[in-house]
Amino acid sequence: MTATTRWDPAIHVAGLTKTYRSRDREVRALDGIDLEVRPGAVLGLLGPNGAGKSTTVKILATLSEPDAGTARVAGYDVVTQAASVRRAIGYVAQKPVTDPMDTGRENIVLAGRMQGLSSRDAKARAAQLLDRFGLTEAADRLVKTYSGGMARKLDVAVGLVHRPRVLFLDEPTTGLDPEARTEMWAEIARLGADGVTILLTTHYLDEADRLADDLAIVDRGRIVTRGTPDELKDQLHGDGVVVELADAASVARAADVATAVPGVREVVPDGRGLRARATSGATALPALLVALEGAGVSVRSAVLSRPSLDDVYLRHTGRSMAAAERDGVAGAGVAA
Amino acid sequence: MSAVAQTVSHTVALTARQARQGVRIPVFLVMNLVQPMVWLVLFGQLFRSVVEIPGFAGGSDATYLEFITPGVVMMTAMGGAAWAGTTFVQDMERGVMDRFRASPTSRGALVTATMAWYAMLGSAQALVVLGVAWLSGARFSGGWAGVLLLLVAVVLLSALFAALSDAVALVTRQQEALIGVSQLIILPLMFLSSAIMDTRLAAGWVETAARFNPFDWAVVVGRQALAGVPDPGLVWSRLGLLAAAVVVMTSLAAAAFRTYRRAS
Repeated sequence: MTATTRWDPAIHVAGLTKTYRSRDREVRALDGIDLEVRPGAVLGLLGPNGAGKSTTVKILATLSEPDAGTARVAGYDVVTQAASVRRAIGYVAQKPVTDPMDTGRENIVLAGRMQGLSSRDAKARAAQLLDRFGLTEAADRLVKTYSGGMARKLDVAVGLVHRPRVLFLDEPTTGLDPEARTEMWAEIARLGADGVTILLTTHYLDEADRLADDLAIVDRGRIVTRGTPDELKDQLHGDGVVVELADAASVARAADVATAVPGVREVVPDGRGLRARATSGATALPALLVALEGAGVSVRSAVLSRPSLDDVYLRHTGRSMAAAERDGVAGAGVAA
Repeated sequence: MSAVAQTVSHTVALTARQARQGVRIPVFLVMNLVQPMVWLVLFGQLFRSVVEIPGFAGGSDATYLEFITPGVVMMTAMGGAAWAGTTFVQDMERGVMDRFRASPTSRGALVTATMAWYAMLGSAQALVVLGVAWLSGARFSGGWAGVLLLLVAVVLLSALFAALSDAVALVTRQQEALIGVSQLIILPLMFLSSAIMDTRLAAGWVETAARFNPFDWAVVVGRQALAGVPDPGLVWSRLGLLAAAVVVMTSLAAAAFRTYRRAS
């Protein structure tokens, strides 16, 4: 062992490209994806439909082959060691992965048998997972009678039957109502806490923000930026600061004071107050308030606004997620 | 676990899924039996006098009902198995097939499970058809041994068409394509065989075509079996051909997974 030994990434992706060809056109779904996920981390792939998230997951789950580049999952190459990868991963597709004409229990038991569990072990594991996901009461009902939220939880349970080291969740909450979404978030957070490496794709900013330790923003088959949700937001050069003054006459003076406070930038007078950006709002705001008070400017209110991932997306791709979704629809049909 | 043991255990688990779902929609099982009953009762009555044509198999000793019974048994088996790919199409429409493919699930087992289920279904339906024929007055000198031999042919024929249907499903991913299989392949195979007519009395090319028709191989075995195997050489050669066709078609279906993957 040398000092340079460190963790082996649970997922390692380098230079992945993939082009879908149909008779009349080509869609470059992946245009050189690089990724690294450390064991036990939750990585969020954030991007609009058609950005290449699902294609990436499909390649990592051995369902599809890349045109170029390499990908290793749990230490195994997804092309040359696909069989080993398949034993190490759980895969929850964008579409439901359970059979509607089987019961919840039968679905999990069958998945367990496919992973090599004995009939007895598969049944025991099914009971355990059904309990964990609150599906025990519905366990022996056909899945076609399940609500969207229940069916999605069963999808995740099926993916976990063999205690995979790496779990792929492709759009786990798309189409769920807010309550079911919140429940699913709690489950995913719990899995993350249990040490399962999770690669999660989503086009929901709040979901990525809440669940992912690390985020990669995907746009047009490339990763445009990476970091923790907070790092990405900090790249925007900080938080928005809005200060409302008691006396409109003091705005000009307040602006001078604010500009001199370290860490506060882009100070703009705005009506009877100021707008500014702060590298780190949490440290800049108290300093700003102290400076203003010291200069005899009285403050009525002060508000910090954290930049959202939408701001991040906008900055890196030049368009909002909503606009990208509209553009992306054409390519999504092929890439999905 | 060895690869063979894994394939067997996966086949067992997946066949159980097919079976419990088949039983959950019993209306399909019943519907599958309507057509053979129509063939038996209607054709048996309609073409009663066909056996009186000079040179018809068995001559006037056998009734036309007795002649078409093995034909109807095989038509039922082939017609049912041609829909085997439906399971694949449904699994592909949802994420079930992708989930199987992202797991160690044996590709061969996915195919053999549908083959096994349709073989079981075809055998059960064969017994019903034989029972109805018997109640309608048909008598077979082959006895129970003959029935057993007929079931061997049913199993092989079902397996062959289930594998074909799976392969079509994997390549086209469309239910419509399976309808095409039953319309474009099944009907000609049926009429270019000795299922409902003694081919020796048909145009020469029909008799030739029948000789290369896997469906006819099964009909020939079934008819021989029910008649007490007057020509063992013929039975064994047709069974051998059927078995070889099953092996070839199964490997083609398993290979179709590669086509499916390339398009993913």
